[in-house]
Amino acid sequence: MLEIKDLNVFYGAIHALKGISLTVGDGELVSLIGANGAGKTTTLHTISGLLRASSGSIVMDGYDLQKVPANTIIGMGLAHVPEGRHVFARMTVEENLRMGAYIIKNQKNISENLEKVYSHFPRLKERRRQLAGTLSGGEQQMLATGRALMTGPRIVLMDEPSMGLSPLLVKEIFAIIEELHKSGITILLVEQNAKMALAVSDRAYVLETGTISMEGRAADLAADDRVRKAYLGA
Amino acid sequence: MITFIQFLITGLRLGSVYALIALGYTMVYGIIKLINFAHGDFIMVGGYSLFFTIPIMMNVGIPGWLAVVPAIVVCACVGMLVELLAYRPVRKTGNNLTCLITAIAMSFVLENLAQAIPAIGPDPKVPYTLFAKTISVGGVAISHATIITVAVSAVIMAALYFFTQKSRIGCAMRCVSEDKEAATLMGINVNHTIIVTFGIGAGLAAVAALMYIAQYPKVFTTMGATLGIYAFVAAVLGGIGSLPGAVLGGLLIGIVQSGANTYISSSMSDTFVYLILIIVLMIRPAGILGKNVGEKV
Repeated sequence: MLEIKDLNVFYGAIHALKGISLTVGDGELVSLIGANGAGKTTTLHTISGLLRASSGSIVMDGYDLQKVPANTIIGMGLAHVPEGRHVFARMTVEENLRMGAYIIKNQKNISENLEKVYSHFPRLKERRRQLAGTLSGGEQQMLATGRALMTGPRIVLMDEPSMGLSPLLVKEIFAIIEELHKSGITILLVEQNAKMALAVSDRAYVLETGTISMEGRAADLAADDRVRKAYLGA
Repeated sequence: MITFIQFLITGLRLGSVYALIALGYTMVYGIIKLINFAHGDFIMVGGYSLFFTIPIMMNVGIPGWLAVVPAIVVCACVGMLVELLAYRPVRKTGNNLTCLITAIAMSFVLENLAQAIPAIGPDPKVPYTLFAKTISVGGVAISHATIITVAVSAVIMAALYFFTQKSRIGCAMRCVSEDKEAATLMGINVNHTIIVTFGIGAGLAAVAALMYIAQYPKVFTTMGATLGIYAFVAAVLGGIGSLPGAVLGGLLIGIVQSGANTYISSSMSDTFVYLILIIVLMIRPAGILGKNVGEKV
């Protein structure tokens, strides 16, 4: 579904991604783990067009995402839940969700999707009239996730969904990720919480200072000594 | 009592014009955090557009005030061109300071370009006076221009508020003003939204120009400079970035100026405007309705 080949990205003089290649198959849950500054967020930003690569390709359904404007990528069925939620703080919960469906013009479709998201996240329905800036971190993560689901995407990029959340909420968020995965949505997950990420993923890539150092089935990586030492604290 | 009502009405009228201009400042600031110093000059562009088109309209039997329609179009185009040719390229590579300097430069460019047009030139022109009749209510003389200015401004402000809260593009504007990256991820074309904001802001300046020349029938190339400053102060006073704040700030400054003119001395009115600004900013640094919603991490 998504195929990245030999991607090179620079931040000014800093070579952030040094020719990485990865694939995400239809219906797969793939995670990208690694330390701070390894290039995980950069990878997601480049996929969704917020950053442009200096070379390499990102192909989705036969289209090179590098060649289309960033704001049209969501229309191709790819949604992105950014790191740090990035909800619209001065808008209500429901307004945020409706903005998630900005590209949909049919009001009926929007209402249907809204109900679907509310059924995934009943807490958001309770707080629909509240300003997003006043929600707790966990609720904001649910809102950012719900907002990304408003177009009914086929693939979702999730950037550090567990960041800053209590252990209980982390569990809740991962349960939601598994639920989405089971419903058939393809997911590319970026996480510092490698243990949880590997537990739910089909496959995983380990990113180290801009290069992919290891890849394989999530269960195999979780059992690998090097991964256990570096990322699982064993 | 009559003096008091007269002062209040004059203040309301002046304030309505400031509010319309302040809305343009505040919308652009809200969306790209730029104080658009060229915004005052959009009023000048509107003023000259009205000066040239009012006689043409009246010659063919159309009411003169309808000249505001071509003025809105001209102003909106100039506003969008300024964004497209000056601000957008600078924003791509520069920082806030370079954008600000570009805005100051664009103000001079517009004034000098206008002066270079032979039909405009350096000398002030006197446009046809619209809405000159007055009516008397209980001994208070109110001109048609006053009623129309206050009413039209109120309708426009309400419509604008509704537009930003409910319409698709209005919601996109609010998203872009909060978070450009997240807006892009929603599928919003950020540059398109910014240019529409410039068009609307400059269009409002054209309406303000109509109201202003009905009050002070004189157009000249630097007419936007002082007006722009008052409107800018109004936007800051009300809380820059806030639409209701711009309206409140505009009305407040109009009333303060009118009050100082009536009861103290017209040469002192500016002093009071800035005095109010300083006092308000000491108590509420973000302006009367300005607020900082903290983002949770």
